[in-house]
Amino acid sequence: MTDQNQQKNENSKVVKKLLLATVFMFGFGYALVPLYNIFCDITGLNGKTSDQAAVVKAADIDNNRWVTVEFIGNLNDNMPWKFRPAISKMKVRPGEPSRINYVAKNVSSSSITGNAVPSVSPGQAAKYFTKTECFCFTQQELKSGEEKEMPVVFIVDKNLPKRINTVTLSYTFFNSPVAKKEKSSVSMAKK
Amino acid sequence: MSDDHHDHKPTGLGRWLFSTNHKDIGTMYLWFSFIMLFIGGGMAMIIRAELYQPGMQLVDPDFFNQMTTLHGLIMVFGVIMPAFVGFANWLVPMMIGAPDMALPRMNNMSFWILPFAFGTLLSTLFMEGSAPNFGWTFYAPLSTTYGPASTDYFIFGVHLMGISSIMGSINVIVTILNMRAPGMTLMKMPIFVWTWLITAFLLIAVMPVLAGVVTMMLTDRNFGTSFFEAAGGGDPVMFQHVFWFFGHPEVYIMILPSFGIISQIIPTFARKKLFGYSSMVYATASIAILSFIVWAHHMYTVGMPLAGELFFMLATMLIAVPTGVKVFNWTATMWKGSLTFETPMLFSVAFIILFTIGGFSGLMMSITPVDFQYHDTYFIVAHFHYVLVTGALFAIFAGAYYWLPKWTGNMYDETLGKVHFWISLVSVNVLFFPMHFLGLAGMPRRIPDYALQFTDFNQMASIGAFVFGGIQLLFLYIVIKCIRGGEKATDQVWEGAEGLEFEQLPSPAPFHSFTQAPEVK
Ligand code: HEM
Ligand SMILES: [Cu+2]
Repeated sequence: MTDQNQQKNENSKVVKKLLLATVFMFGFGYALVPLYNIFCDITGLNGKTSDQAAVVKAADIDNNRWVTVEFIGNLNDNMPWKFRPAISKMKVRPGEPSRINYVAKNVSSSSITGNAVPSVSPGQAAKYFTKTECFCFTQQELKSGEEKEMPVVFIVDKNLPKRINTVTLSYTFFNSPVAKKEKSSVSMAKK
Repeated sequence: MSDDHHDHKPTGLGRWLFSTNHKDIGTMYLWFSFIMLFIGGGMAMIIRAELYQPGMQLVDPDFFNQMTTLHGLIMVFGVIMPAFVGFANWLVPMMIGAPDMALPRMNNMSFWILPFAFGTLLSTLFMEGSAPNFGWTFYAPLSTTYGPASTDYFIFGVHLMGISSIMGSINVIVTILNMRAPGMTLMKMPIFVWTWLITAFLLIAVMPVLAGVVTMMLTDRNFGTSFFEAAGGGDPVMFQHVFWFFGHPEVYIMILPSFGIISQIIPTFARKKLFGYSSMVYATASIAILSFIVWAHHMYTVGMPLAGELFFMLATMLIAVPTGVKVFNWTATMWKGSLTFETPMLFSVAFIILFTIGGFSGLMMSITPVDFQYHDTYFIVAHFHYVLVTGALFAIFAGAYYWLPKWTGNMYDETLGKVHFWISLVSVNVLFFPMHFLGLAGMPRRIPDYALQFTDFNQMASIGAFVFGGIQLLFLYIVIKCIRGGEKATDQVWEGAEGLEFEQLPSPAPFHSFTQAPEVK
């Protein structure tokens, strides 16, 4: 009997450790999310640019080089807006802040909140592309029929590798998830 | 099961519902897996019938996608994994000289969760809209933003499977660590026990991650989070990272126990000791550890940086080394042995050769630049069916033939067993080998229709599939026939068999075995 009790004790010790390991690994799965984002931020992989305004030190401009920056505006499915850059490309000096406008118009009959997600291509350039002002830092709300000019101020770092001379900045406007949820529940009801 | 022993056991439905006996639970796991094999196999038949000719023949594309999705999920989680848990239940206590599993009540629960898990999964077929149709890898946003309403039931099913596997693994680990008979040191344990110990640790490490990823899906779908939704700052590529962090170790979860089974069978029919016992143990452990750092070889084409591609390529190739050690050891065990080829041995030898073919195609795909060509083609389908069907499933067949006489007390019908083997061997190769060529020629996977030039190889594969599927009914017949009677098995069953279950227990193994710990030399 004592033998059996002892066995039970030892078993429950191991069980406790294994349950702890299970909980730990469940947490680890979630921890992968911030780890992944930190990893992408530091390395600039994935074409992800920072989602915060950069603070720029005194201008240090490379006057011997031109870099072409191209602009693209996309809309996700279910986004009843019109969205495009005011100009499709420009030449900039590395280190010099430049400003351009994107134009968005809500062509639907209701007010919609959107999220712009930026992406830079080629991916290696993402690290060298900073924005000091951008409509993508916050959500944008447009009333039905409203049109809005939205500025971006960006700087191409002068350490951008020499072999890259064209950088493409692309934005995709998404219907903000909260707003979209209401929409999808409507379409579900129709089914 | 014939019962001419004096030990008392409960009868009727209650015996199965409330069973805490490792043998009964093992039997239930094996039957569950067998039933699932026919359900998942039926889906495969639908897939191959549709692909017999180009053009849309029998089913519409959405249903086709539901079939590939459910086929994959059922075969992985409903057939291979439960079958191995069934083997573990039957064999681990007998092999280490324990009276039962350490946690018998939890054992009962972890089995009975499974019918609910798969009932939930299969019920999606009858729901409005459609069953899950995004592939067994359920990539976001296909499964989140675009998933059918039934996806939430799929998620619930996966949660249940995860809980069941984790409880099962905890049980295996506690049993192996705490219940060994005196004298059964770790390095004396049969390799099957070793491989299961390591598999159980893998399960505990990655099943919670799978549970995490489906939970994130659930909250993305229903509670407004944006883990994988770009609109809210999430990232669909991250889904793939988290999924494959689970997924690659998962493929080893499905193969390590079969390494264990093969390592038990080969020495018996070679009448020699296993060559390189300790290197087998270390090879298994290194495969398990390496399996955590290779996941992105499933993602070469998502746009990783060069350094990442290189790292994952080299790490993946490294896994081939311990795997090669194992193949070498099995071959060396057979070398100059006095071999006989009963059905379990036939399946084992076929396993070694065909699993190695699957390993080779794996090595080809591990080379990043060429994988850009192979990725998402039938070449992948060929690869994983060689490692999973002629690998894991053949090992399950081999193990079933090998231990059935010990379990039932009767020999199976050797002639029928050989017929089952040879027809399976030929048809499985007719089924899967042409897929290599289809993939190299550019036929994408997961499509219901294809270009005309792929017709011949697809017809070969479909014919192979119908034969392979059909012949498994013979296996069912052989198993039932063996349970019902037949030539009595000796206690040792096989002339060269070693291990506690063959040397110290009668055939059939009594309902309660090793209530007194055996003596281990
Ligand atoms: C030498 C050992 C192996 C190597 C080098 C290897 C390599 C690979 C690679 C590179 C891929 C991804 C190909 C692509 O999608 O482009 C892959 C896919 C796969 N492998 Fe292996 N593999 C090996 C062994 C195994 C084993 C033992 C199993 C299972 C028992 C397995 C199961 C799978 C599965 C299921 C997939 C496809 C997953 C999917 O996309 O649906 N592999 N393998
Ligand atoms: Cu893998």
